[in-house]
Amino acid sequence: MGKKILLKGNEVMCEAAVQAGCRFFAGYPITPQNEVPEYMSKRMPQVDGVFVQAESELAAINMVFGASASGVRCMTSSSSPGISLKQEGISYIAGAELPCLIANVQRGGPGLGNIRASQADYFQAVKGGGHGDYRVIVLAPASVQEIYNLTMNAFDWADYYRNPVMLLGDGISGQMAEPVEIFPYKPIVDLPAKDYILDGCAGRKPRVVKTLVLKPTDGLVTHNEHLQEKYKRIENELSLYEEYQTADADIVIAAYGITARIAKGAVSLARKKGIAVGLIRPITLWPFPSDAFATAAQTTGQILTVEMSHGQFIEDVKLAVNGACPVEFLGKGGGWYPTEELILEKIESMAAATAKGNL
Amino acid sequence: MDRHETRIIIAGFGGQGIVLIGNVIARAAVIEEKNVVGMVSYGAEMRGGTANATVVISDGEIFNPFVAHPDMAIILNQPSLDRFEPQIGKDGLVLMNTSMIKRGPQRTDLKCIKVDATQIAQKVGNLRVANIVSVGAFIEHTNLLSMSSIEQAIKDLFSSKNPKLVEINLEALHTGAERSRCMQPVR
Amino acid sequence: MPTLKRTEVLTDVRTHYCPGCGHGIAHRLVAEVIEELGIRERTIAIAPVGCAVLMYDYFNCDMTECAHGRPPAMATGIKRVQPDKIVFTYQGDGDLAAIGTAETIHAANRGENITVIFINNAIYGMTGGQMAPTTLTGMRSTTSQDGRGKHGEGPPLKVCELLRSLDGVCYLERTAVSTPKDVNAAKRAIKKAFQNQIDGKGFSLVEVLSMCPTDWKLSTAQSVDFVNNEMKEAFPLGVYKDKG
Repeated sequence: MGKKILLKGNEVMCEAAVQAGCRFFAGYPITPQNEVPEYMSKRMPQVDGVFVQAESELAAINMVFGASASGVRCMTSSSSPGISLKQEGISYIAGAELPCLIANVQRGGPGLGNIRASQADYFQAVKGGGHGDYRVIVLAPASVQEIYNLTMNAFDWADYYRNPVMLLGDGISGQMAEPVEIFPYKPIVDLPAKDYILDGCAGRKPRVVKTLVLKPTDGLVTHNEHLQEKYKRIENELSLYEEYQTADADIVIAAYGITARIAKGAVSLARKKGIAVGLIRPITLWPFPSDAFATAAQTTGQILTVEMSHGQFIEDVKLAVNGACPVEFLGKGGGWYPTEELILEKIESMAAATAKGNL
Repeated sequence: MDRHETRIIIAGFGGQGIVLIGNVIARAAVIEEKNVVGMVSYGAEMRGGTANATVVISDGEIFNPFVAHPDMAIILNQPSLDRFEPQIGKDGLVLMNTSMIKRGPQRTDLKCIKVDATQIAQKVGNLRVANIVSVGAFIEHTNLLSMSSIEQAIKDLFSSKNPKLVEINLEALHTGAERSRCMQPVR
Repeated sequence: MPTLKRTEVLTDVRTHYCPGCGHGIAHRLVAEVIEELGIRERTIAIAPVGCAVLMYDYFNCDMTECAHGRPPAMATGIKRVQPDKIVFTYQGDGDLAAIGTAETIHAANRGENITVIFINNAIYGMTGGQMAPTTLTGMRSTTSQDGRGKHGEGPPLKVCELLRSLDGVCYLERTAVSTPKDVNAAKRAIKKAFQNQIDGKGFSLVEVLSMCPTDWKLSTAQSVDFVNNEMKEAFPLGVYKDKG
């Protein structure tokens, strides 16, 4: 293992992107992700890359659209209100099947909300916040090291599937500093040749990158079917999660990102009290690791979903569990975060209710 | 799963170098190959009023990055002590900058280390090193990290910026340690 | 007298444009310029949303089509990554001067080394004749049925006059395609705007006053008169900026 250095999540994401060959960044300042454009404005020129402070999030995502059509690894980042603005461009990029990375360092909403950490953009991220039937690969890191690793992977998956990837973090994971091992980038998939890029039609037929499909009449139906087939393939191939002490668990906590860290602490507290609790932490939120939850639901008594939002993530957990066991909920939005004690309290009440039911 | 974990809060005025204290402690922990999570209050919360940073140091995996009930607190001004005293865990330790804190903790379970950090910093020659004076006292009275790791962290942080800053911060660190040495924790 | 021949920069297909529409002329001028400058194989064009959205079927070079109003942002992305390529946007008045005003102004002010062809026909064509940012005062459209200006629509937005004040802009000229003389002048301007990019001089925009008989509900001949008599008065032709 290499030497570890102390870095903030937001900075690590930038460095991982640079290591992975990202050479174009466009963004707009918004708290709590300001370290990202600041870091990139300094770092991009050092590697002959491009940094543009855009006039808006709309412009930023469309600059990324152009950079991706030019074949370069590219990214933008923002926080919740800014990500809403980017949805137009994300829909276009997904429709045009171009790769890019979008980072959402989530803050409280709706509206301007506040600048505290939140997970309330879950639906927007995993269900598609823009128009049309499209999917974005959504990654939810829980540590600074994982931000480093997943950011690198994100560029590979984006290129491999020709699809936007979103890194769904939050104000805490972006701002917290942890020791991280910086290792050189190595692709984790066989990267396909970029035979779609617009670089002038010298010696070949002109190419078109577009999302408008008027001809033939059912051309857009065919295009959508093609997209859905791709999404199915991604669902089959890409499903990442961490399982923690689930083997004998009577209660399994479902939580992602920073919430899962706190939940892990609660697992530890509950175990000390003799309650067998485990944790499933999805790392990919789309594709959702449904199998992990479906399997756990067969052996565990109950599932507790913990999220920093008012019941978004729980919908996917319930779909995966499909009624096989009860799914309880603990969560709030607006910058609220759970404590280990609060989760423990909920677990104890769930355990007590079960014990009573068994009598 | 027996692991030793210490949760620390550092608080004071914005401008007292709160973030730097967190940074120095967290870097020293990395040098000692411990796990660590550091966080600072950010954005609008950071402009005016109290600033705070938290550090969690562990020899195992750190789950919760938040510090709700710190084991140890480094407090550089009165409003911060008033704000954070109720949150400190039972039998916790408080290092307080007596230059700017006239009313000590009301709780009797807290161990208290007193250092006249701002005064000492003035004597060292720069008011701004009161934060590192506090770190010196803090390290002297805890078994958390070795003084040499802190020294290394200070060198790592400042040597690229200005070698003179290394010198004065090391002096502040050692003076803080010396000047608080005779002060036993009071119950 | 030169012989007329097809330009290799346009594909051999029938366009969807209405009879009397100015887009066909403007396309032809841009294509001829690209051919004359010998840059087809390093040109990347960006189509707008609006009547010209299908220009990717007509231009024989690398093309993209992006969201309404965003071509200058997308062009920024492409040009910054590939500074040796020739990047141009082709935008209508709604695209460039309404929904994409911010992108236009900021790409211009950054001095992006791109070429913008701005087709001003004072109406929304594709959607069926609604008011454009450049619709003339008093002019009727399906969303200004009593004539622009009666219900708080404000006066037409004058793009060249607006952009002239930006230090980042290299070249601005307003032209028309309503008379042979204007067509020749428009071609000269378009050629200069592309040459500026080749020479690395920065942001160049050529505004082209153009006919829309269908949505103006005029004959093709009346439409030409409308440009010559009404539009040129509201939007005076000429060079608005030339840094040389």
